[in-house]
Amino acid sequence: MAYVSIADRDHEVEHHDPQTFISKYVWSQDHKVIAIQYGALAIFIGLVGMLLSSMFRLQLGFPDTFQFINPENYLQFVSTHGMIMVIYLLTALFLGGFGNYLIPLQLGSRDMVFPFMNMLSVWVYALSVLILIASFFVPGGATGAGWTLYPPQAISQGTPGVDMGIILMLLSLAVFIVAFTMGGLNYVTTVLQARCRGMTLMRMPLSIWGIFMATILGLLAFPALLVSAIMMLLDRLIGTSFFMPAMMAAGEVTDHNGGSPVLFQHLFWFFGHPEVYIVALPAFGIVSDLLSVHARKNIFGYRMMVWAIIAIGGLSFIVWAHHMYVSGMNPYFGFFFATTTLIIAVPTALKVYNWVLTLWQGNIHLRVPMLFAIAFIFTFTHGGLTGLFLGNVTIDLPLSDTYFVVAHFHMVMGVSPVLVVFGAIYHWYPKMTGRMYNETLGKWHFWLTFLGAYSLYLPMHYIGFLGVPRRYFAMGNTDFMPDSAITLNSAMTISALIIAASQLIFLYNIIVSLKKGEPSGGNPWKATSLEWLTPDTPPKHGNWGHDLPVVHRWAYDYSVPGAPDDFTPQTVPADVVPVGRDHGVDS
Amino acid sequence: MYITLVFLGVIMATIIWWLLRQTFNTQPWVSEAADSTVSGPSIDTSSKSVALTTFLAVATSVFALFISAYTIRMDEPDWRPLAEPALLWANTVVLILASVVYHWTRNAAVNGVQHRIRPGLTIAGALTVLFLLGQLVAWRQLLAAGYYADANVANAFFYLLTAVHGLHMLGGLWVWFSSTIKVWTGADSDSVRLSIELCTVYWHFLLLVWIVLFGMLLST
Repeated sequence: MAYVSIADRDHEVEHHDPQTFISKYVWSQDHKVIAIQYGALAIFIGLVGMLLSSMFRLQLGFPDTFQFINPENYLQFVSTHGMIMVIYLLTALFLGGFGNYLIPLQLGSRDMVFPFMNMLSVWVYALSVLILIASFFVPGGATGAGWTLYPPQAISQGTPGVDMGIILMLLSLAVFIVAFTMGGLNYVTTVLQARCRGMTLMRMPLSIWGIFMATILGLLAFPALLVSAIMMLLDRLIGTSFFMPAMMAAGEVTDHNGGSPVLFQHLFWFFGHPEVYIVALPAFGIVSDLLSVHARKNIFGYRMMVWAIIAIGGLSFIVWAHHMYVSGMNPYFGFFFATTTLIIAVPTALKVYNWVLTLWQGNIHLRVPMLFAIAFIFTFTHGGLTGLFLGNVTIDLPLSDTYFVVAHFHMVMGVSPVLVVFGAIYHWYPKMTGRMYNETLGKWHFWLTFLGAYSLYLPMHYIGFLGVPRRYFAMGNTDFMPDSAITLNSAMTISALIIAASQLIFLYNIIVSLKKGEPSGGNPWKATSLEWLTPDTPPKHGNWGHDLPVVHRWAYDYSVPGAPDDFTPQTVPADVVPVGRDHGVDS
Repeated sequence: MYITLVFLGVIMATIIWWLLRQTFNTQPWVSEAADSTVSGPSIDTSSKSVALTTFLAVATSVFALFISAYTIRMDEPDWRPLAEPALLWANTVVLILASVVYHWTRNAAVNGVQHRIRPGLTIAGALTVLFLLGQLVAWRQLLAAGYYADANVANAFFYLLTAVHGLHMLGGLWVWFSSTIKVWTGADSDSVRLSIELCTVYWHFLLLVWIVLFGMLLST
């Protein structure tokens, strides 16, 4: 295929040089500013989510101690915490935040291809966050239906937030999906159409591959959430019976008739399971890049890593019903979904092996981003292994709706992606700000978060094995919960509070380092990918000055024998420095 | 969910086929090989076409999921099919005409036949508005006959599916409006060609979706 320079397609690139403070920092169309807006907003709402979890952990660890937590707001805290963390924090931060920042910079473009739509995306996202927050302040408060919003409970009398909270929750989700779709169209089109010369698909850094595939998953899976949200809104507002069966609520027969709650579960998890990978695939990609840079080695099995991302993406659409083994499904369905669930472990395990093999005989620098990246391998493997338990129908049935499930998904899609988020922020902080963070504070933050997460979630598996159910406000006098488990619950709460407090170190570090950090220079990690080669740090509007970069190699030429440095940037031609694989790096 | 799965299977197969063509023989660590083959943009077309294609995949996903939900829900015993108004047949004809006229206008824009663009766009838009009005009249007829959304879920699905399709149509009309304004204020065919081409694809897509939805509503 003939090469078409983006410069030759200037008519397609909208010109939007910022002129005023407002157009530069508020209604900005620059992908880097939009990325930071997305990131800051996601971290803000993530902190709200963390605060909510601290409050319900207080109740779980020390029942009947805190008067301000009652059964209603406990359920509201739990439900909103889940929704915030999965959608408004992780999805927005990985795709809106890192996607926006990295796609044009790592691919050598000047910006996203549709900057105006990109700007709309972040502000529509802000609107969805606003609606979500507003749901706490309306009569009846936020919804307490659990993050999965299962009907009929979600819209039946007696559930907290049934008046307005659930309506705002569903509305907020619909608005979020609009924002995501606008962003997603941009990410896909930019990856396909705006790469610089020489940047073939198979030379893209794995971060981009992860973000790209996650965006495709999001574009295809979020419609399922949209469809179910619209139908549930209609059930709630005009009395249709898409999901609502004939039933009695609060002692009275409702007007609904014949609706199918299981249909909602199918739609929800048809979105919900790909959502796991919408969060995980960018984390996979980013962690691959962090490991390679800080181990000074090419990523092991690059092409295999790319195909594993694609395979995981495809398979993620045919495992959804493993969330529904207890819904009374046909046993053959259970067998099918257990099989596909176990199959998805194959490309995932392959990635874990490749990460470990990337470290093998590398020149490992245990800097803060690398600590987070290595910790991710531990927590992700841990969460993945408990996933094998839950993927099997016979083991899932007794463990369903216990704290074992909570511990599993927090390890695999809570702790693991969040560790990558922190690693990525520390890794790219010098590029975003031009300054280094404080290394000592970063290490304190890491160890408190990592060890804290283990001390919180490891005992949670045990509590789940005992059979303690999730979502309960208080257990009361139960025989199966020994005193030791009650003590453990208190210890877990203390761990949770320590983790929450240790995030203040992170916030202090990134805010104070903006002014007081050492100047970082353009490429402090001696990395090869394009974002480290911008003429200015932080990169100015348009990223590349007058000329776009031209790429001659992949992003993983570290420690190439015969090369003058232990890294060879992607822009160095092969006749200047030999290319890695040809000269025996892997032989 | 089979319908949605079939759609997703087709999408994933397309992505994998395309990636194989793009990348299968590329060894990223061999620089010369890649330099001389695939560089820069992946598809030799405008970014807006790529974005529209991606959006059509998203919209198809929405409709496939609605159709899946419809087929699952109709198996419940309370399902009472409604009698679709005959007006829908007329509306379908109007939408087909809108699509044909849009295509005719597109051919004019591509071939630079300036004088056909103004009437073409105007007629295509008018037919589309007529279709939407016709759908509203069909709603009124159903309501007058007592087919309320909360009375039976089959009625609710009818209103929901036609509304979602109509909203997509309205979104298309927004783009149609901006290119029509341009044409009537003296823009030449080159400046609106891409917009007309993409709108034509979108109109054909929504016609196809309507025929599928209408067929499903009639047969169930």
